[in-house]
Amino acid sequence: MRWLLGIWLTAVVVLALLLPMVAQPQHWYEFPNVEGLGEKARIIFFHVPTAWLSFMAFVASMVYGIRYLAKRRPDDDLKSSTAAALGFLFCLLATVTGSIWAKFSWGSFWNWDPRETSIFVLLLIYGAYFALRSAVEVEEKRASLAAVYSIIAAVTMPFFMFVMPRVLASLHPAPIINTQGKVFMNSTMLVIFLASLAGFTGLYFWMFRLQVRIRRMELTTVNQEGELKRA
Amino acid sequence: MPAGRTTGMDWIRSVTAIFMKDWRSELRTRYAISALLMFVVTTISIILFSLGSESARPEVLCGMLWVVIFFSAMSGLSRTFVMEEERGTAMTLQLTARGSAVYVGKLLFNLVLVTGLDILTVALYALLINGFVIKTYSIFVVIVALGGVGFAAAATIIAAIIARASTKGTLYPVLSFPILLPLVLTVINGTRLASDGALIEEAYGEFQILISYIVVVIAVSLLVFDYVWKD
Repeated sequence: MRWLLGIWLTAVVVLALLLPMVAQPQHWYEFPNVEGLGEKARIIFFHVPTAWLSFMAFVASMVYGIRYLAKRRPDDDLKSSTAAALGFLFCLLATVTGSIWAKFSWGSFWNWDPRETSIFVLLLIYGAYFALRSAVEVEEKRASLAAVYSIIAAVTMPFFMFVMPRVLASLHPAPIINTQGKVFMNSTMLVIFLASLAGFTGLYFWMFRLQVRIRRMELTTVNQEGELKRA
Repeated sequence: MPAGRTTGMDWIRSVTAIFMKDWRSELRTRYAISALLMFVVTTISIILFSLGSESARPEVLCGMLWVVIFFSAMSGLSRTFVMEEERGTAMTLQLTARGSAVYVGKLLFNLVLVTGLDILTVALYALLINGFVIKTYSIFVVIVALGGVGFAAAATIIAAIIARASTKGTLYPVLSFPILLPLVLTVINGTRLASDGALIEEAYGEFQILISYIVVVIAVSLLVFDYVWKD
């Protein structure tokens, strides 16, 4: 599993960085030139998967939270907080890569583009989520409060889609959704992009399973130590 | 839930009872009212000192008005739930009233506080800050009224969450900010429209966002309130 993942991601990284970009692609291994972005367009292979995962982990954390509220199993809360921790990590990665890209494309690291604002709010939500978790001592209470907070955060997040366009216009390239095509992908680029997306998603699931196993073990050792002390 | 079936009339009666209880105890201690009042006076005087003899652009002043309202609200609105925990009356209230009645009663109480806060802040702001001009009063009144309801709705459920946490004071603005941000951005936008003298038709989009925000937040709060409130 992890060997496959390692080889897969290495191949994606190497291909994404090395394949040449030409104005008129003649061969299968050439990327089309992206107007206005040039070589900087290669960020799409790394930035978009991290952004996608930070959002997916946020939803996963909420779904596990809802399941905790319905069934009251501590394991669901453990999964919910693990998903949030990984989401926070990927959210930071997406913010940093996007910010570096913005420096070279837009001229400054941060200029409150709508996309930057919404990822900033996602970072804030993750931060608030962990601040809340660390402030509640009783485990059951912590689990249900954290779940409720992630539900409330998730229902207010979509409002940014309506609010932000009224405040500012975005310069962010919208690669897949935009049909007019600010970024034009040929089939090679699309295949590598999707491979990268799949690879990063695999990485997320691998890290998630590892982290859940570690936390479960920690929980059982803590419980066993408690029993030994009592005996 | 108390034994036996409760009718709609009983529910309304317990909502008013909870509202009146909070209102009377507020009049006795004046904790929230004095905190809000002093916070408004303090923040407005800081703005006055920092402006000095300069006069800021109206757009900046519109934003600052909501900075004052946001932080003042954060200083007083958590009181209604924190009080129950500190006095140890939360358990009794859980036994005697339905969760939804508690939520609605507290929401009404916070609504009264926010309305008072809005009127006070706007009056002081208009009197003391030079250059803050509202040209379209109809937009401004609707924005302030809807913004107040939205503030109260989100602040009430977050107050219920932080009342169970150990660091109540600092956590409140941290948890509320990402939830309130779509609302804050919209009301700032609407206040700018009112200050620019826009026609009321131009602000319909803002009204729509505010109304749907209020409906969504109250509906979700009613759904999840029991998980926060009940032990």
